[in-house]
Amino acid sequence: MAALINVPTKAKRGEIIEIRALTSHIMETGFRRTAAGELVPRDIITSFTCRYNGNEIFRADLFPAIAANPYLSFFTVAKESGKFEFEWIGDNGYSSTASASITVE
Amino acid sequence: MPTTRRRFLSLAGGVTAAGTIPIVVLRPLNATPTMLNAAIRNFVGEAPIRTGKIKLDIPPLVENGNTVPMTVSVASPMTADDYVRSIHVFNEKNPQPNIGNFYLGPSSGRAQISTRIRLADSQKVVAIARLSDDTFWQAAAEIVVTLAACTEEVN
Repeated sequence: MAALINVPTKAKRGEIIEIRALTSHIMETGFRRTAAGELVPRDIITSFTCRYNGNEIFRADLFPAIAANPYLSFFTVAKESGKFEFEWIGDNGYSSTASASITVE
Repeated sequence: MPTTRRRFLSLAGGVTAAGTIPIVVLRPLNATPTMLNAAIRNFVGEAPIRTGKIKLDIPPLVENGNTVPMTVSVASPMTADDYVRSIHVFNEKNPQPNIGNFYLGPSSGRAQISTRIRLADSQKVVAIARLSDDTFWQAAAEIVVTLAACTEEVN
């Protein structure tokens, strides 16, 4: 699934940078009904993780109260050049990943 | 027919039963304030929750409850011995009291997160931060929602 990642490509060492991650997902709450009255089964992303050169820097547990196409923004200290890896895990075996690189001077 | 004790009691029982039924039916639909408190206590335990340090930014009036921008920030130096461990957001009237849990660390640099949430009704949203010294800080906001999330039917 398509993910939109916003990480600065360059940063000074020690600078606090903002990371924004958006992925496309329906986030079906499991509380809605069809016109026929049947409950639509839950289908949400339950967990998001961000790793910076292999170290976990941010994690989130998501619930049905998170809007469709979950957007998350958080901060980290730019310590070294390398890679950010993003992982979304959800219901029905859903899993998707994305990554972004940064150059730290 | 004069009102006997038996008749009175059976009537009173009927009224009580009728009065409690709607509450019982409503409970699974919406998280009541009791559920909000239970969810918070479930996570915090017996520890005291203080107000301050944490800031919850959310528009006071939203037209569409399906996507409400929210930012939570905590005043913290974010050093190795004094940082925010996690931020937890709860609501009062959605079908579930939880909105999200966000785990940070000293490498976060700034204790601030943003996301977009769903609100099923006008209600209170509570954010709680757990700091590295295991103290809990909370902030609450009342939001008026014109178009609620979750109520529409799926086509």
